[in-house]
Amino acid sequence: MQLKNMMTVDGVPVRIEGERNLLEVISKVGTIMPVFCYHSYLSIYGACRMCMVEDDRGRLMAACSTLPEAGMKIRTNTGRLRRYRRNILELLLAEHCRDCTTCGNSGKCKLQDLAAQFGIHDIRFPNSRENQSGDKSSPCIVREPGKCILCGDCVRECNEVQHVGAIDFAHRGSRATISTAFDIPLAESPCVGCGQCAVACPTGAIIVRDDTHRVWEMIDDPETFVTCEIAPAVRVGIGRELGLNISENAVGLIVAALHRMGFDEVYDTSTGADLTVIEEANEFVERVQKGEKIPLFTSCCPAWVQFVEKKYPEFLPNLSTARSPMSMFAAVVKEIYKDKLPEGKKRHYHVALMPCTAKKFEARRSEFITEMGPNTDDVITTQELIKMIKESGIIFRELQPESVDMPFGTMSGAGMIFGVTGGVTEAVLRKIATDNSRTTLAEIAYTGVRGMDSVKEADIPFGDKVLKIAVVSGLGNAEGLLKKIKAGEVHYDLVEVMACPGGCISGAGQPYISHRHRGKRGEGLYRADRISTIKRSQDNPLMKELYEGVMKGKVHELLHVNYMKNR
Amino acid sequence: MTKLMSRQDLQNLRSVCQRALSLETKKILVCGGTGCVAGGSLDIYDKLKDMLQARGIHVSVELAHEPHEESVGIKKSGCHGFCEMGPLVRVEPQGWLYTKVKLDDCEEIVEKTIVGGECVERLAYRQNGKIYRKQEDIPFYAKQHRVVLEHCGHINATSVYDYLAVGGYQALEKALFDMNQDQILDEVSESNLRGRGGGGFPAGRKWKSCARQKETPRYIVCNGDEGDPGAFMDRSAMEGDPHRLIEGMIIAGIAIGSSEGYIYVRAEYPLAVDRLRMAIAQAEEIGLLGDNILGTEFSFHMHINRGAGAFVCGEGSALTASIEGKRGMPRVKPPRTVEHGLFDKPTNLNNVETYANVPMIIENGAAGTNPSARRTVPAQRPLR
Amino acid sequence: MTRQFDFAPVDRILDNHPRSELSTIAILQDIQEHYHYLPREVFPYVAKAIGVGEARLYGVATFYENFSLEPKGKYVIRCCDGTACHVRGSIPILERLRQELGLVGGKKTTDDLNFTVETVSCLGACGLAPAMTVNGTVYGAMTPDKASELLRELKAELEKGGGQA
Repeated sequence: MQLKNMMTVDGVPVRIEGERNLLEVISKVGTIMPVFCYHSYLSIYGACRMCMVEDDRGRLMAACSTLPEAGMKIRTNTGRLRRYRRNILELLLAEHCRDCTTCGNSGKCKLQDLAAQFGIHDIRFPNSRENQSGDKSSPCIVREPGKCILCGDCVRECNEVQHVGAIDFAHRGSRATISTAFDIPLAESPCVGCGQCAVACPTGAIIVRDDTHRVWEMIDDPETFVTCEIAPAVRVGIGRELGLNISENAVGLIVAALHRMGFDEVYDTSTGADLTVIEEANEFVERVQKGEKIPLFTSCCPAWVQFVEKKYPEFLPNLSTARSPMSMFAAVVKEIYKDKLPEGKKRHYHVALMPCTAKKFEARRSEFITEMGPNTDDVITTQELIKMIKESGIIFRELQPESVDMPFGTMSGAGMIFGVTGGVTEAVLRKIATDNSRTTLAEIAYTGVRGMDSVKEADIPFGDKVLKIAVVSGLGNAEGLLKKIKAGEVHYDLVEVMACPGGCISGAGQPYISHRHRGKRGEGLYRADRISTIKRSQDNPLMKELYEGVMKGKVHELLHVNYMKNR
Repeated sequence: MTKLMSRQDLQNLRSVCQRALSLETKKILVCGGTGCVAGGSLDIYDKLKDMLQARGIHVSVELAHEPHEESVGIKKSGCHGFCEMGPLVRVEPQGWLYTKVKLDDCEEIVEKTIVGGECVERLAYRQNGKIYRKQEDIPFYAKQHRVVLEHCGHINATSVYDYLAVGGYQALEKALFDMNQDQILDEVSESNLRGRGGGGFPAGRKWKSCARQKETPRYIVCNGDEGDPGAFMDRSAMEGDPHRLIEGMIIAGIAIGSSEGYIYVRAEYPLAVDRLRMAIAQAEEIGLLGDNILGTEFSFHMHINRGAGAFVCGEGSALTASIEGKRGMPRVKPPRTVEHGLFDKPTNLNNVETYANVPMIIENGAAGTNPSARRTVPAQRPLR
Repeated sequence: MTRQFDFAPVDRILDNHPRSELSTIAILQDIQEHYHYLPREVFPYVAKAIGVGEARLYGVATFYENFSLEPKGKYVIRCCDGTACHVRGSIPILERLRQELGLVGGKKTTDDLNFTVETVSCLGACGLAPAMTVNGTVYGAMTPDKASELLRELKAELEKGGGQA
């Protein structure tokens, strides 16, 4: 009996409901297919051939690129397919660096996982691969072309999704490689440091840079005062790998771990975000009233700033001059402890714990370096933090949560939601709204700035005007918007841009989760916001203290930046 | 030359050309294919022309609009395929073929053959002690029944008028005015024309599949990459009878509902590129390509894309990637090229030879088609 | 010392084509024809003009055999190494030329930038195998000795100021 829209996978009947390919149908029966060159959010390449399936006539087809058809009977795991998969893995491994123990991607590597899964114990072929030197020029990511399996995921991500195009395929045949133009160092290329290529890469060919050794050195030095700040997205990204639920807010445990590891003081970047909200909201209102340099583009995302600098410099004047929460906070904390280091400490080393690889670039920007040195001395991503915690032998789940340290112990929920797309906008709207009633705040939440859509729009009444807001994540989407703005097709007053799809919660420094679950991390931040007593940045009492205290007369110097200065 | 605006215009022009051709009592066809050019055939062509003119003989290089009374046609033809015996010179009406012609032989050819009507025996082909004066008698040719290559070597490869004079573009007329799309598709299907991609896929089935696609625009693409070792029939066809290919592609455009054609020619065939460019320009000039062909609603524009030295670009999806300006990397199928090909649109991709068979099929009908166009067994070709 | 690169020829070439990714290969072919190779300077310039990334343009340029990122000689000798020519002895001809010009290993162009010797696959002149071209002119039925003689002729021509600029 042939039912409509039914097919079978390994004997299990399953209904076809508009899936794009067999992979999506197969996942409905509870089977995971091995893949290298497939990501649901990238175009289909079909090169690795790991996902091949067999039909009842013995024909082979790649599950990623085959449309499901009613009546299909496929098997995902025949003896023949297992043999082919092992052959593919064997061939890939034959030309691959097999020093897994010393590879920065060990434990996170798909090639390693699949080799173990399929029980590859013997490689029959000699490794004839030419030695290819790595590229450590970028502060954000490290490239090792010798570990590349040419799946092309990074190329498609950089070109199709992010529209940056710093890398592409070059040469051909056995010499084919992935390279910048003329193999120049990444630091000299159009790369903006967003690191999404590392997210897409299934091997150790592109990984997030590991700077933990420097931080350990500073912690070990008794004369160095080591402070740190925890970004919002880190708290909802760290948990799953350390035994908690996905998107669980683990900030208390993180603080405890950091104290245990030897950080002198632990703070929360949300506090810095409150400063950003106040400065940026004031800037926005002023521009709206004067009618100049509209739209205002947020500038807390360093990959986005580089994207503008390298590809659309005509929009530089539109960037907000407010620094990012990380850099604002770092400037203030350095200023406060400038002449007041604790007893026995001779220098101040400030570390930012970020979900983001581009922040490593931001920390080194000349605009954020004073005669005392950089405001932010180092940026450690969530992945590196997890490594440090494991290295310390700490059983994360068993820690008792602790609070961040004073005097920076207060932050608003508005600051916390910076980590998700739409968060900055919502925080700014809370600042410029007329009141802080629950109704008003709820209304702001439902204007359309929340959610995982890549481009969101909202109309906000403001006095006698209606402000047009756009929230976009993903640089390719941002470019689409820029083109429309240039062509005069759309008009916005405020545009929030995050380079990573979904915002900082999907930053390249976060542990990898599938795109389906991204939204959960965002929900984790909104939950934190809901139980926060202070909802609006301007209601954070610390703000008044800072403005009237250490920041008095220095607001511009500490909290603002001019990206046009060094052009 | 004014544009042809109707079927009648085309028929009139054809009559003029046929008359001009008939007035060429004698013809010298100097082979202008790549091989013979390498042997110096172009110099031979020039010398013969100069000598004839010096002798006071009226020479026609191009079929004239107003044909002269009696003239000797002197033309550059396409490749005969007998390159190892080149430079080749064919003489008509006798059909004699002179081989390994040198510059010094020109005088004798003019005096003895053109003026005197006699064969220069020492230039004729010899095999096993036997002399073969007529081209068709030579064993290499005697066993051949040339279909797609029938005009190569026998007409001026650089003139649309020669092509018209031998009956060219009649199939286009028929397709444009006497048949509808379904009839053309059926005719091609019934002729059992096979593709040259090693799988021998029926061309008619591919055309129908493309015509059925809902998306527009659709594209007609010709694979002139000819990577197979030792083969140069596509080169000969493109150099020697480019209009045949063009006619076939226009008919494909009518049948499938496409108004854009692309010919991808390998970079190593610069002469083929030149001849095709010339042919397209001529066809555009007289209105057989462009908007509103022969006064109908049908438009067809052709483009030439040169390869850049990649064997893999003979594969369909790599070829379309190359036309799009990208690396010539084959892409995963599905989707197939007929559904998502050039610019992600429905595309009909066939070989030069396949398209070059089409005018004959339309003109004679599937039933009257020469059986050599039908291959029930796919040709033995190297795998790509 | 860096010379100012004259982009005027590149501008002329760009004007002959629609400024989009579709024209990539055709533009590179014209540039290759003019300069006899693809100078590095043209890459960012052309990439910007047609709206593609420089890495992508580099990827296209390094894919196709016909494009050279290194300067070529005044005489570009291409020995056909297609199947027909190969079986009729193209390699001895290639080796003779390379030997006489002192080209070893991966080197294809002489230091004085007078001669480049490379292989090409199938000119379609299989009836004249082994074949080769010099600056586009086809020479058929070659032998190592004939190649040596041709080289002598070309060198003599050079003395008199011949070859492509």
